[in-house]
Amino acid sequence: MTAEIGHFALILALGVAIVQCSVPLIGAHRHYVPWMALARPTAIVQFVLVAVAFACLTNLYVTSDFSVLNVIQNSHTDKPLLYKISGVWGNHEGSLLLWVLILSLFGSAVAMFGTNLPPGLRARVLSVQAMIAVGFYLFMLLTSNPFERVAVAPPNGNSLNPLLQDPGLAFHPPMLYLGYVGFSMAFSFAIAALIEGRVDAAWARWVRPWTLAAWCFLTGGIALGSWWAYYELGWGGWWYWDPVENASFMPWLAGTALLHSATVVEKRDTLKGWTVLLAIITFSLSLLGTFLVRSGVLTSVHAFATDPARGVFILVLLVIVIGGSLALFAWRGPQLRSTGLFQPISREGALLFNNLVMATSAAAVLLGTLYPLLLDAIGGGKVSVGPPFFNSVFIPLMVPMIVAMAVGPFLNWKRADLMPALVRLRIAFFLTLAVAAATWTVMSDGPIMGVVGMGLATWLLVGVLTEFAERLRLFREPLSSSLSRLNRMPRATWGMTMGHLGLAIAVAGMTAAGAWKTESIQVMQPGDTVTVAGYDYTFEGARTGRGPNYSLVTGSFVVHRDGREVVRLRAEKRAYDVSNQPTTEAAIHPTFLGDLYVVIGDQDSSGGFVTRIYFNPLVAWMWAGALIMVFGGLLSLSDRRHRVGAPKRRAAPSMASA
Amino acid sequence: MKSRLMFLLPLAVFLVIAGYFAKGLQLDPRRLPSMLDGQPVPEFVLEPIENRDQRGFASADLPGDVSLVNVWGSWCVACRVEHPFLMQVKERNLIPIHGIDWREVNRSAGPTWLKKFGDPYSLVGDDPVSRAAIAFGVTGAPETFLVDGLGVIRYKQVGPITPEIWDQVIWPLIGELRRKGGSG
Repeated sequence: MTAEIGHFALILALGVAIVQCSVPLIGAHRHYVPWMALARPTAIVQFVLVAVAFACLTNLYVTSDFSVLNVIQNSHTDKPLLYKISGVWGNHEGSLLLWVLILSLFGSAVAMFGTNLPPGLRARVLSVQAMIAVGFYLFMLLTSNPFERVAVAPPNGNSLNPLLQDPGLAFHPPMLYLGYVGFSMAFSFAIAALIEGRVDAAWARWVRPWTLAAWCFLTGGIALGSWWAYYELGWGGWWYWDPVENASFMPWLAGTALLHSATVVEKRDTLKGWTVLLAIITFSLSLLGTFLVRSGVLTSVHAFATDPARGVFILVLLVIVIGGSLALFAWRGPQLRSTGLFQPISREGALLFNNLVMATSAAAVLLGTLYPLLLDAIGGGKVSVGPPFFNSVFIPLMVPMIVAMAVGPFLNWKRADLMPALVRLRIAFFLTLAVAAATWTVMSDGPIMGVVGMGLATWLLVGVLTEFAERLRLFREPLSSSLSRLNRMPRATWGMTMGHLGLAIAVAGMTAAGAWKTESIQVMQPGDTVTVAGYDYTFEGARTGRGPNYSLVTGSFVVHRDGREVVRLRAEKRAYDVSNQPTTEAAIHPTFLGDLYVVIGDQDSSGGFVTRIYFNPLVAWMWAGALIMVFGGLLSLSDRRHRVGAPKRRAAPSMASA
Repeated sequence: MKSRLMFLLPLAVFLVIAGYFAKGLQLDPRRLPSMLDGQPVPEFVLEPIENRDQRGFASADLPGDVSLVNVWGSWCVACRVEHPFLMQVKERNLIPIHGIDWREVNRSAGPTWLKKFGDPYSLVGDDPVSRAAIAFGVTGAPETFLVDGLGVIRYKQVGPITPEIWDQVIWPLIGELRRKGGSG
């Protein structure tokens, strides 16, 4: 019965969405107020219906109802409750349901809290949202129904892929989806603006918080995913340029560009066409991210579904949404007039430079991800594009961007001089040289990129701190005056400072972990000791045991440094009962300067165990940096301006953060 | 200053990409071309592995019934993943599976593996120096060949057989081959 209620709720939601995407749009065009007003209740009803469907599917999972195909394929009675619940979205059909749940949640949020939006814009935005939703409902109901029953229920299910039975991965997809779907709001606003033929500061002010929220979730989701890969896959790596990782990274790059260009639209009334295009591209890449791995167009270790019928549907959906919006852009885009002019050396110029680099990077990642497919399509055979390509394209793009990132905030809007900015950055410059020289000396046998990366991180870190101090006029005015400036500083400015600071710390982490990782692979007998990066690891032996739905082997290690005990580590290897698939649970001891990382492998015929021991320098800085970036985004999101809404008329150019 | 063409550019780029997607959808990402599709099984004679029957496995054993030839090794992680499914096929008596135990360094590793996880095979041959594997053009393990009643290769599966591939491709193909074998 529950399955039927859920299925029926989805069908009703489709009906409501069809009304929501047509009636208010016509109303906005013809100025029929009641027709426009229909957008709000339909958006809310749609959300309630999807929430019912989602609750039904969750209930089916929790009660292990094996008359439903989706539950059979992805659940098992022995699974802990958390993974029964995360199993709801750990598969193709359920993840789509989560997607529309978030989409309709955001739609209803606009309906309920967007009271300060002009009614025409609100009606159009909600209509566009409903159009996206219609596509998804049809896709689910026609090709991927999560509520499909089977004639004969088996006694138990097939269980979820053991790699996915992990707290990190239980929350990783919802975070990513909150990000992807969040960009749908920017997209809907962009389409609505193209229909209206108007983009202004007020428009940018509504788009920014949505973009910012989506960006925060996506940043968090990507960081969580790489953290999961780091501790669960047991290779000591954290980023593989895998198509699925790229799929989440491309919208992040485009979304970061959008975040910055929306600021320019809001403050300077220029770059309008570009910003609208970026909003379309960001959401298109999000859609691609949702579908790329599910269509069978690309296969990867993560891919959950390969089915040609779905693939065709997805392609048609992508062509309608992306092709349609780009066609609308080609038609209406030229009418968006920008008034603000600016010199190349200016705040706008710096932000535009950021945009170009971000967009180029996203294009490069897209090319690398799709190249194997393109080659295969023209009969060139199967190839795979790996980390060497991405590293050699991506790193040269990031270097000038980070150099410019420290300078940008010192430049004035409209027209600026480079020299005074550079003079103010002299401390950063000398510290950069000092750190680079120190790195060169200490790590003389490491790769040259390590020196460059640490130098860049220092440059950005000190640059951001210098700008922060300058803003407070620290050491120039009495401390009390600086403190009162600190008090009055808008949260959006705090957000920028934290965001850039987080990136600096993350760059240091990525550089160190990439350049100076130490690893050692060997067979160890109980009592053997191996030294890695100055730490002595003694293998004390292994024991077997049981978890809730797996059997395990635990290897105990004790780590000494200079004769003193540092920590005891337990590395685990699990074999799940149903699928008999092994997973590794690395033992990780994080320290400020690096992680001690131990993995236990198979037993060989002599009774010893294969062990892999790594020292990953500064690796935790990467996730700390990502956390700081997310925190900065949230601070900026809580800025007063977003709560008060847009001013009726643009005030005389007040340089809130000049 | 702003030409309309600039605004058309994103659409044009997207349409090119979409065209490639459409083409890409018609290609099966899992299917690698096999030179041997429709060819008779290459000739091979393999010694038995330790502690099993003394028969071994040779190409001469194949004609007669539709069967699967599965290339595996105790060193191969993906074979561990595939193994429970092969056991199910055996338990349900769907089709005989013959094994080629490929590239074992240690003679006892393969038999130990079968004893530990279960033995889904009818006949097993030992192929430590890749004699049969090279003849079959095996690129990695596991790899599975579907051989018809006349000893002709009809399908090649690269990587583990999953329940989906079994239901959608292999099992229907087996049914088809059996019907043909019955009438002809």
